[in-house]
Formats: sequence, structure tokens, C-alpha cells
Amino acid sequence: MTTIPMETGLLLAGVLFMLGLISVMIRRNIIFMLISVEIMLNAAGLAFIVAGSHWAQPDGQIMFIFILTMAAAEVSVGLALILQIHHQLKTLNSDAANFMKG
Amino acid sequence: MELTFYIAAAVAVLATIMVITRFNMIHALLYLVVSFLAVAVVFLTMGAPFMAALEVIVYAGAIVVLIIFVIMMLSLTREDVEQEKAWLQPKLWMGPALLSFVLLAELVYLLVIAEMPAAPAAGSYVDARAVGLALYGPYVLGVQLSGILLMAGIVGAYHLGRQKKKIIHRFLQQQEPQKERSAVL
Repeated sequence: MTTIPMETGLLLAGVLFMLGLISVMIRRNIIFMLISVEIMLNAAGLAFIVAGSHWAQPDGQIMFIFILTMAAAEVSVGLALILQIHHQLKTLNSDAANFMKG
Repeated sequence: MELTFYIAAAVAVLATIMVITRFNMIHALLYLVVSFLAVAVVFLTMGAPFMAALEVIVYAGAIVVLIIFVIMMLSLTREDVEQEKAWLQPKLWMGPALLSFVLLAELVYLLVIAEMPAAPAAGSYVDARAVGLALYGPYVLGVQLSGILLMAGIVGAYHLGRQKKKIIHRFLQQQEPQKERSAVL
């Protein structure tokens, strides 16, 4: 049987990462920016899975578990920050939070 | 087997494009779930079934539910009843339903027809046992660091998500010890 080359999987990961990056840059809603960061982290994990599957080593899957842990912690802290921003500024536009006030 | 990979990859890219072009947040999250499920099918065809299960449970389950909870807490919708009627239009849920039906057909094909562990589409099959042995063998320091990271995440989310106490009456307000603080500073 013909197998898929590794470049195809890495290309899929790159396309997903670029979509997330474009969304981070064009969106101003802060929840959408968080979702885009999740897409980018998922794409990075996909690249690890593809590489680990290519060399038949479990290391790639372990890196994916670490990325998963980091994404879970990141989304909880990020959502708490979003709640605070909405509580303070009454908006979700990230341009409204462009100055620091202690 | 190769065709399942390409179909799942196309579904993932299509759903992600739909995510970043939606204006309604709940519609975007619906497509985001489909995108994560498609990536899980890609993992399955890559010979990583344990990671596919984790992707479904943690990404499509926990993280998306957390984001939905926060959107509900913010209560951004002003027109509630009309919006609720608008949810039930078929054109809103037809896209994600169609894409996830493609993924369901692939899953049934993989489970029933193709012999999954013997022939992954790309690379080779790495089962959960090898992952577990490597995770608690050479990578045990990473597991401990992950535990510390999750602990910091819990404490940080609790600290940041805490709201300030509302003052019921100004007589009940506690006096700030400003003199002592300025004296210390």
C-alpha cells in the first residue's frame, strides 16, 4: 500500500497554523483571538504527532500531551483574564485595552 | 486509508476557515468542535489512537465547554428570544452537521471495514502502552512540570477570576490603614 508522505501531514499542520495566525491578526474580539491561539496550538501538536508517527517513536505523542496540558492551563487563565477585561472595560474589543492602568 | 486522511484534512481546513470567518461566537465554536474532531480523525489515520481520544476529550470537550461557559457568563446577547428562534434555522447547524457526518462516515469505515491497528495511512502505529512507558520513564520530569503548570493555572484562574466585593453601605466599609502603609513605604 502507498502511504502518505510526511510532508502532507506537515503541510496540513502549517495550513492550520497559518489560519490561526491570520485570525489572530485580523480579529479584534478577544475571545476570537483566544480561539485562534487554540487553533495554532492544535496545529503545533499535529506537527508533533506527524513527526512521531513517521519515525515510529512515542516522543511526538508525549509532546502532544504536554501541549494539551499547556493549552488547558492557558485557556483557563486566558478566560479569567477575559472576564476581568469585560468586567473593567465593558467590552471585548482588544483595542480598548491598549493602555495600562494599575 | 489514504483517502480518509485527505478527507479529514479537507474537513479540518474547511472548518477552520469557517471558524475564522464567523461573526457569531457560538457558530464559530460549533465549527471549532468540527475542526478538532477532524484533527482527531487525522490522528487516528496517523496511528495515534490514544491521542485521538485525548483530542476529543480535552480539546473538543473541556476547552470548548469552558469557552461556552464564559460566553454565557458574559451574557452578550441582548435579543434573547429572537436569537433562540434563529438558532433553530437549518442553515445554521447544517454546515457543522454535514462536516461531522463526513467524519462519522470515516470513523465507521475505519472501525468496520479497514483493519485499523495493522495499517495506518502514514507512518506507523504507536499504541498507548508505548506512550505510557515513555511518559513515566524518561519523561517523568515533564509530567511533574505539567503538574506544577496545572497548579499554577488553577491558582491563577482563581485569582484573576475573583470579583471585587461589593460595598453594601459606606459605614460597613472597612477603613484602609493608609497611614501605616505610607509610613512603611
